[in-house]
Amino acid sequence: MADLVIRDLHVQVEEKVILKGVNLEFSRGEIHAVMGPNGSGKSTLANVLMGNPFYQVTRGDVLYEGADLLAMAPDERARKGLFIAFQYPVSIPGVTMASFLRTAVSARRGYEHELMPVAEFQKLLMAKIETLKIDPTIVGRYVNEGFSGGEKKRAEILQMALLEPKIAFMDETDSGLDIDSVKVVADGIKRMYDDANGGMGVLVITHYSRILQFLKPDHIHIIYDGRIVVSGGPELAEELEEHGYEGIRQQFDVIAAEVREEGAVRRAGKVFWVVH
Amino acid sequence: MAITNPLGIDLDTYKYGFHDPENYVFRARKGLSREVVQEISHMKGEPDWMRALRLYSLEHFQHRPTPKWGANLDQIDFNDIYYYLKPSERSERSWEEVPEDIKRTFDRLGIPEAEKKFLAGVGAQYESESVYHNLKEEWEKLGVIFLDTDTALKKHPDIFREYYGTVVPPEDNKLAALNTAVWSGGSFVYVPEGVKVDIPLQAYFRINAEKAGQFERTMIICEPGSYVHYVEGCTAPVYTTDSLHSAVVEIIVKEGARCRYTTIQNWSKNVYNLVTKRAVAYRDATMEWVDGNLGSKLTMKYPSVYMVEPGAKAEILSVAFAGAGQHQDPGGKVIHAAPHTQSSVVSKSISKDGGRAGYRGLVKVYPGAVGSKCAVRCDALILDDKSRSDTYPSMEIDEQDVSITHEATVSKVSDEQLFYLMSRAIKGDEAMNMIVRGFIEPIVKELPLEYAVELNRLIALEMEGSVG
Repeated sequence: MADLVIRDLHVQVEEKVILKGVNLEFSRGEIHAVMGPNGSGKSTLANVLMGNPFYQVTRGDVLYEGADLLAMAPDERARKGLFIAFQYPVSIPGVTMASFLRTAVSARRGYEHELMPVAEFQKLLMAKIETLKIDPTIVGRYVNEGFSGGEKKRAEILQMALLEPKIAFMDETDSGLDIDSVKVVADGIKRMYDDANGGMGVLVITHYSRILQFLKPDHIHIIYDGRIVVSGGPELAEELEEHGYEGIRQQFDVIAAEVREEGAVRRAGKVFWVVH
Repeated sequence: MAITNPLGIDLDTYKYGFHDPENYVFRARKGLSREVVQEISHMKGEPDWMRALRLYSLEHFQHRPTPKWGANLDQIDFNDIYYYLKPSERSERSWEEVPEDIKRTFDRLGIPEAEKKFLAGVGAQYESESVYHNLKEEWEKLGVIFLDTDTALKKHPDIFREYYGTVVPPEDNKLAALNTAVWSGGSFVYVPEGVKVDIPLQAYFRINAEKAGQFERTMIICEPGSYVHYVEGCTAPVYTTDSLHSAVVEIIVKEGARCRYTTIQNWSKNVYNLVTKRAVAYRDATMEWVDGNLGSKLTMKYPSVYMVEPGAKAEILSVAFAGAGQHQDPGGKVIHAAPHTQSSVVSKSISKDGGRAGYRGLVKVYPGAVGSKCAVRCDALILDDKSRSDTYPSMEIDEQDVSITHEATVSKVSDEQLFYLMSRAIKGDEAMNMIVRGFIEPIVKELPLEYAVELNRLIALEMEGSVG
C-alpha cells in the first residue's frame, strides 16, 4: 500500500463544499504535483492533510502508513513525518525563529520534557541556513513578522529542512516569487528530496508549471471543481502549458460527458482522463 | 505525585504554596485601633513624629470611605487582619545569619542560586519585616543606602524625614492612609549624586502567615545624575481566607537621574493587592516602571509618574494575567506638568478561564506643558469566551501643543497561529504557551534574565490545561 492513501475525500467549510471526492495515492521517493485553477480546492487538500481545523471532512478517509490520519491532531501528524509549507505563513509576534525552530525540531525528534541541547541545535541550524543560502539574521527575528514574501517562503523551506519530513506538502510555494527565487526554493526542495534518497515524498500544490521545471515531478494531477480529473506524467504539465486551464476545462466538459456514458478511463491526446 | 509539608497542605495546588511553621517573637492582635498602632510604633522604637503621623493616618483611614470605583473592595474585613508580625528580633546581615527555616523557604524559591549568579544586594521581606540585607561594600563606599525601611528610619532619620510621605501623602487615598498607619518593612534606597548602580538591587517579598497583612513602605531617592534599578519579586503560599497587601512606594528622581522599578508579583489567589506606586521626575530625569501581575484575587495598581520639570520622561510597562476568579486591574498614570516631557505606556493583559484583566490609565497634561509627547498602547489577549478584558483610558489634555497617541487592541489566540505551530510538531498547550509568551515578550525582554525566566515559567503553569 502507498504511504499516503486518500479515498473519496469530501471537505467543506461551513456550508460550502470544496472537495467532492478526491482519490490520490503516493509514497516516499515520489514527487507529485497537484495543479489546478484558483478555487479548485488544491490548497484545501494540503491543509486538510495537515489537519487544519478550519475545514471539516464530511466523507472519505486518509491512511498514512496504514493508520487513520484524520484521527490525528496536526502536531501528531507532524511528529510522524508530515509537513506543510504554507502559502501564507502566519506571523507569531514576540516568538523568535530560533526559539520556535528549536521547539519544533525537539518535538519532531521526540524530546519529551526538555529541548534539544542548544549547541547541537545551533550546529544543525547553521548548517541548514548555509545550505539554503538564507540570511542568518533571520533566526533572531520574530516568526514571519515583517518578512517579505520571499523571506517567508525561504523560512518555510528552512523549517522543512530542519524537520526532515517523510511527506511534504508544498502549498503554492512558488506563488509571489520571481523566477530566480523560484529556482532557489525549488533547488532547496530538490536537494532535500535527493539527499533523502527515497525517504521523502513531495506533493507540490501549484497553479503554474514553472516550479515543476526544477522539481521534475513523476506524477501530475489536475484538480478541478473539487475533484482530481486528470492524472498523468510530466507531459500533462506541457499540455497545460500549451492549452491553459481553459483548454483543459473545455476538454474536460466534453470528455467528462463521454466518460459518464462510456466508461471510467479514456485517452484524450497525451492525457488520461479519469473518473473519480 | 503530591508533595506535602509538615502541615499536610497539598503543594500540588500551587507550586510555591509551601510554608514553614510559624515561629514569631511577637504577634500583634487582629484588627486596628489606636492601641495597635501605638504598639507597633513602640515595638519598633520609633521617633515621636512617626508615631504621631501613624495615628493621624489611622484617623484619616477610619474616616475615609472605601473607594467605590473600579473593583469591589467590600469583602475586605479590615478588622480581621494582623497588622504587624515580627519573625525575629533584628534584621540579618549575612546569609549565614539567616534562620534555617527562612533559608529553606528561600531555597525552594531558588534564591541562593540567584544570589550566587548575579545578586549583589538582597533585601528579603519575610513576614512583615526584612530579615536579610546584603549590600556590596563598594556601594557602601559610594554612599548608596539599601536597607529595610525600619532600619533606614533609625540610621538615617534626617534623609528619611525629608522625603517620607512627600510623594504619597497619607491623605492621598484610603489605602495610602492605612499603609502610613501600619507600615512595616519595605526597602529604602538612597543613591547619591552621580552614582550609577549597575547591578539591580533586588528584594523578595513573601507573605507567610494566614491573614498576614503586608504593608511595606518603599522609598527610593535618586540624587541628580544617578541611576538605580530596583527589582522586587513576590511569591506567596496558598491560604483559604482573604489576605491584604497594600504597599506604598515613593520615588524621587532628581535632575538627570534615572530610576527603573521592576516588579514581578505573584501573590496567592486570595490576596487583595492594592498598591500605591508613585514617582516624581525632575528636570531631564527618567522614571521607568516595569510591572508584572500574575497572582492575587484582585490587583489594583496604577504606577504613576509626575513629570514636574522640563525634559522629564516616564515609561510604564505592565503585563497582567488573570485566571479563574481573578481580577487584574492594573494600569498607569502619567502626569505632564512641565514643557517637553515625554511618556510611554505599554500594557498587555491576558485573561482566561473567566478571569478579568485590563487597563485603567490616566494621561494628564497641564496647561503650559508645551511640546510634550505621550504614547499609550494597550493590548488585550483573551483566551476563551468566558473571560473578559476592560480598558478605561482617561485623558485630560489641557494644552494644545502636544502629541498624544492611544492605541488599543483586543485579540484572541487565532486558530491559524495554533495550527501553524502544531503543524511543526509542537503540542497544542505548548503552542498556546508560545503565543502567550510572544504576546508579553515586549515586557519580558525588559526584565532581568532570571525574572524573565520566572515569569515565563509562571505563565506556563497558569496556562496548563488551556488546550483541550
